[in-house]
Amino acid sequence: MPFIPHTEQDTQLMLQQIGVESIEDLFDEIPKALIAKQMKEIPEGLSEMALMRLMQTRADQTETLQCFIGAGAYSHHIPAAVWDIAQRGEFLTAYTPYQAEASQGSLQLMWEYQTMMASLMGMDISNASLYDGASSLSEAVLMAIRSCKDDEPTVWIAKSIHPFYRQVLATILEPQGIPIQEISLDDTGVLSLDALEAQWQIAPRCTVLVLGQPNFFGRLEKVDELTDWAHEKGARVIGVVNPIAMAWLKPPGHWGNKGADIACGEGQPLGVPLAGGGPYFGFLCAKLALVRQMPGRLVGKTCDKENKVGYTLTLQTREQHIRRGKATSNICTNQGLLVTAATIYMSLLGKVGLQRVAQCCYASHQQLMQQLLAENIAEQVFVGEHFHESLWRLPVNVTTVLENLTKQGIAGGFDVTPYYRDLANCLLICVTETKSAEDIQAFVEALKTALIRSPS
Amino acid sequence: MSNTPQTLKYTLTHEWVARESDGLMIVGITHHAQKLLGDVVFLELPAVGDKVVAGKEFGVVESVKAASDLYAPISGEVVAINEVLNDNPGLINEDAYQAGWMIKIKANDPNDWETLLDANTYLQKTET
Repeated sequence: MPFIPHTEQDTQLMLQQIGVESIEDLFDEIPKALIAKQMKEIPEGLSEMALMRLMQTRADQTETLQCFIGAGAYSHHIPAAVWDIAQRGEFLTAYTPYQAEASQGSLQLMWEYQTMMASLMGMDISNASLYDGASSLSEAVLMAIRSCKDDEPTVWIAKSIHPFYRQVLATILEPQGIPIQEISLDDTGVLSLDALEAQWQIAPRCTVLVLGQPNFFGRLEKVDELTDWAHEKGARVIGVVNPIAMAWLKPPGHWGNKGADIACGEGQPLGVPLAGGGPYFGFLCAKLALVRQMPGRLVGKTCDKENKVGYTLTLQTREQHIRRGKATSNICTNQGLLVTAATIYMSLLGKVGLQRVAQCCYASHQQLMQQLLAENIAEQVFVGEHFHESLWRLPVNVTTVLENLTKQGIAGGFDVTPYYRDLANCLLICVTETKSAEDIQAFVEALKTALIRSPS
Repeated sequence: MSNTPQTLKYTLTHEWVARESDGLMIVGITHHAQKLLGDVVFLELPAVGDKVVAGKEFGVVESVKAASDLYAPISGEVVAINEVLNDNPGLINEDAYQAGWMIKIKANDPNDWETLLDANTYLQKTET
């Protein structure tokens, strides 16, 4: 995209028009003591040729590893059309405007996004996105608590929810004095009714129950019975889910008899590259009854006075720029550009295409599981159904194995040891539709090599 | 009906209060308030049986451009709420003092009626 700066003449003309001598004059309100001095550490500018050369040298140092890491961010194929369209100036520059500046095109796109996400999650409504999965969970919990009007709310969360998400949730809830009760997994790696009942015997208070699908370990939870249990106890249910998985598995809106109340999670798998761990986007969907408690932006479809279809930001009075301290959240923006990419991705793949991606991920991951079991080089920690990730106990130190795999050009997986005390030397491995049968075979061979070469 | 009926009493936060009987008060928001708010789209009210505390918020009135807290003029228990406003919140704009009534409070102390502002004082204090 071109960048065309002002010429010296343009600048002079503008200064004349304004009626000042120099650009510095426009900043004369700032106390002299606060004005930044010359920054001596910054070197002189490079010529375009020299800069290109420097960047090329840096780029050549990048290792492209075959990615078998999941743990919240997933490697999927992104059709070229997605970012070709998303990088158009119309989408790229005005990515998160307020009502007065938002174009109908941008608003329509956000509305389409909301419609698709609500549909995917089996819910009535969706907002225009939040920052990421972890913050969307925190907002979902706060939203659920607000809707309950419970004076002493307690949040129950499965320990099989992503450790980063639980950490962010704790960071946000702690200053508000809201206690979090973590519920342990059973030995098949899921949340059990027994565990819920046991906790209920200790302290019969539960305002919100948070469960994942799939959970952090790739395991599939018994969402129906868990949802019904929570509803029977008067609690709200939040499903933290993988959007690709929801194209195939039962989405939160259809869990149990009444459906989960809120669905949230990380939207990155929908057309957003892994990049350096971000930017990603969080999605938040819910039943219509909770609409006034929903934070973030909401785009609505309406008619103008000539009865033509138009789009607008709606229910804005709950947002912080109007409601201030009592707003539903301090967040009043959305990840506009990534939502654009996700909407294009979902449009291109469609319902059937998305489902196929999910099925392909599942099938490829099954291949890995079978081969690992056949080779008997690692122990499958949790027995049961998985989506596209699983946990494997290695006979040797995980760090050394991962280092060795990196030398073989493979990012082998996510070491869960620092996050779960009982799961030392366990590696979370993910296989998506991007891995062929040959890739999987090569991975298994590489792992064998790495294990032989690592000390116990 | 005048914009600020003499028969009613008021608060600085733009609620009006009518005395149905000794100790039973009806509460709504004034003409001035509804005019500032614009078209009311939603009303969040307490439940019958809830306790309210003088000066503390008992609900929220939401218009197209703002969401304002509603403050209890006196302490007591909510004995009735105007359910009609669920489907027709616009009544607050159309008829703030009659059809737009919001809640009825059984006062803890019926004499609290005397602590409220009369019409002239209300107008004076809110004129600025």
